[in-house]
Amino acid sequence: MSNVPVNNGRRRFLTAATSVVGGVGVVGVAVPFIGSWNPSARAKAAGAPVEVNVSKIEPGQMIRAEWRGKPVYIIRRTDAIVEALSKHDSQLRDPESAEPQQPEYATNPYRSIKPEFMVALGVCTHLGCAPTHHKGDFEEFVTGVKDGFFCPCHGSKFDMAGRVFQGVPAPLNLVVPDHSFPTEDTLLVGVAPGEA
Amino acid sequence: MNSFMAWIEKRLPFMDAMNKHAIQYPAPKNFNFWYVFGILATVVLVNQILTGVWLTMNYEPSGDGAFASVEYIMRDVDYGWLLRYMHSTGASAFFIVIYLHMFRGVMYGSYQKPRELLWIFGMLIYLVLMAEAFMGYLLPWGNMSYWGAQVIISLFGAIPVIGEDLTIWIKGDYVISGATLNRFFALHVIALPLVLVILVFLHILALHEVGSNNPDGSNIKKPKGSMKPEELSKFTFHEQYTKKYDIVDAIPFHPYYTVKDLVAVVIFLILFSWVMFFFPEGGGYFLEPPNFTPANGLKTPEHIAPVWYFGPFYTVLRVIPDKLLGMIAMFAAIGMLFALPWFDRGVVRSFRYRSKLHLLNLTQFAICFVALGVLGTMPASDLANLIGRLATLGYFGFFVFLWFYSKGEKTKPVPERVTG
Amino acid sequence: MKKFILALLALAPMLAIAAGPSLHLDSADNDLSDKESLKRGFESYLNYCLGCHQLQYQRYGRTFDDLGIDQAEGVKNWMPTGEKAGDHILNTMPAKDAAAWFGSTPPDLTLEARFRSPDYIYTYLRSFYVDENRPFGVNNKVFPDVGMPHVLQGLQGVRTVNEHGELGEAQGGSMTEEEYDAFVRDLTNFLEYTAEPNKLERKSLGYWVIGFLFIFLIFAYLLKKEYWRDVH
Repeated sequence: MSNVPVNNGRRRFLTAATSVVGGVGVVGVAVPFIGSWNPSARAKAAGAPVEVNVSKIEPGQMIRAEWRGKPVYIIRRTDAIVEALSKHDSQLRDPESAEPQQPEYATNPYRSIKPEFMVALGVCTHLGCAPTHHKGDFEEFVTGVKDGFFCPCHGSKFDMAGRVFQGVPAPLNLVVPDHSFPTEDTLLVGVAPGEA
Repeated sequence: MNSFMAWIEKRLPFMDAMNKHAIQYPAPKNFNFWYVFGILATVVLVNQILTGVWLTMNYEPSGDGAFASVEYIMRDVDYGWLLRYMHSTGASAFFIVIYLHMFRGVMYGSYQKPRELLWIFGMLIYLVLMAEAFMGYLLPWGNMSYWGAQVIISLFGAIPVIGEDLTIWIKGDYVISGATLNRFFALHVIALPLVLVILVFLHILALHEVGSNNPDGSNIKKPKGSMKPEELSKFTFHEQYTKKYDIVDAIPFHPYYTVKDLVAVVIFLILFSWVMFFFPEGGGYFLEPPNFTPANGLKTPEHIAPVWYFGPFYTVLRVIPDKLLGMIAMFAAIGMLFALPWFDRGVVRSFRYRSKLHLLNLTQFAICFVALGVLGTMPASDLANLIGRLATLGYFGFFVFLWFYSKGEKTKPVPERVTG
Repeated sequence: MKKFILALLALAPMLAIAAGPSLHLDSADNDLSDKESLKRGFESYLNYCLGCHQLQYQRYGRTFDDLGIDQAEGVKNWMPTGEKAGDHILNTMPAKDAAAWFGSTPPDLTLEARFRSPDYIYTYLRSFYVDENRPFGVNNKVFPDVGMPHVLQGLQGVRTVNEHGELGEAQGGSMTEEEYDAFVRDLTNFLEYTAEPNKLERKSLGYWVIGFLFIFLIFAYLLKKEYWRDVH
């Protein structure tokens, strides 16, 4: 051992500085490991926006599309159905759509861009079953309401804007995904209006 | 906090183990450049395990999907290319540091008594590592993966009587197929790494029991009471060491060798990154061009060569004009290394204090080993076969000569205390 | 130790002799960072190659991004096959029929530049010559008895070989020799890109990582020196 006095200040500084630089290195190394868990190009390609031609849907009918592995319900609502939407507000949990279950531009009484077209994920907000569309025979579930959705798993009920009725297990309205109409007849699920 | 630590310490003596193996572990103060490869091998092992685990998250072990899934990792997964290159470059880096680490042991006689078991554990690590690398090389399911595995597995066909059945059993099919790929995958990602980690643990445990050798090959642990107090090392060491020995010329592993090894690790990482980011194919030796086309059982690559790190043993196999003898020679070449502690009958460890003859023998051994390795990656030719045979003789000759001259070898006096 | 290294070096030329001769290839001298060249190469690939050779691991959308083509514009004008930007660059040729037409299925070319090399592709596409004994009437200097017709013959014209086996000048193509070489260079450039789309990113990240490690090295070295004053 030499007789040079130990410069503890210098030693402490270098230890701290090396540790900090080393720490930055460890964080840098972690980046690829963490980053690789993001959705891959394949997942993104599979989750790309879905284009649907809505001109062929008969009034009152519903079609299904698939987007990011989930069913998307697209319903062409008749004027009668749209008018009926406001008649049962008192029976709903969230008639004003206060909960953020829909994008800003669909936060309105009919929960869509155009009153004519309802777009919602066919995934019950209770435990994820697919509710069934009841056209004209919904009164067996809710008196006075002709059309709606009934979830066969645990009996949750939704109206034709995807709003949930009171007294059922589902806590929230059906989710309205981002969607837009690039042309009159095409619906693009997954892209908000004005986005590329 | 202190009482909590004391509570832990009483039940699991963590601090005591840290002291015993790092903070108060006596390491000779004269380690040179050659002594960094052990820690570098550990760094690469950690790299291989981490990137390997991450690669399995997107790799698909099937004949139909393997090749495409590697390209999927290279293109579609965020940073997938980086993880894959870290793993593929790491495989070659592993062998580079392991070969240098082994040669260090040979030069300084680190296999001699009392470190025979330490050497054996090291050799077992090397053996498992070769199996690990061989099986891992099949997984990208490129054409070189396929034909490389084909050639190596066919070797077992040379074994009399059971050979042919054995190769079919290894493959699980009449050709190399998805079945082979799946079992290699299972062994590569689970079984062998587990064995490897256990062996590394035992290797380090055995090292710390007998203590590190050093470039002089002289002992730093002297009999208790044989040294004057002023000659003893001024540092504090764990009582496990001091109660049995007088310790001289030693310094605690931590912080002295941790900071020194840190410098070595950073230099290594610079070289590693340089290759990985700028030459990930390693000039066609780390990632071979034929492996960029999918496995095809009907189309052999023009020139099949094993990956470079198998080169030395592959050449031994190839230059012997008999399939069975070639295979025996190849395995014997590895077996000789295992038996090295018993081939060397000398008592002086380091080449520094051994005879000129030993230095000569050591040099020719290194040259022959490198030559065998280089030849293993080249196409066979008459000249290559001739050089290969000479090198094979040199390789085996090293052990045989050593056995003869090491007993009664004229050596220089080994200094009592380490130099430098 | 020095003697030992010298001895190793002395061995090198001997081993070099033991290696065989290799084929001469012209240097492609392409530039991966030249996006205009890549775009021209991409366009040529779509027009001349994709009919037979897929790029099954490469996606259209990724190619648009990397080559600086607007996604909407790409989907409209740069996608002869596929529907969505995320689709792979595939063709519609049935593999079985192709094997019957050409003797073997035309290989996928995504990784061709790594399987062969950019120089190989560049030289190969310029080395077709007239050979009446071959089914398509052409042979290739780099790839003897290749099963592929000279698809670019209209551009390059035809070349013949003399009795020494040397290639003559091309006759009757719509391009001059310089134009054709530039055309092939762009195509080669594009294939080097598809073989490893991350190549430029890889290198630029490499400079950062190594730069960082050098800074780390300074601190680690100073720390080592500081502690080792105790020992020396």
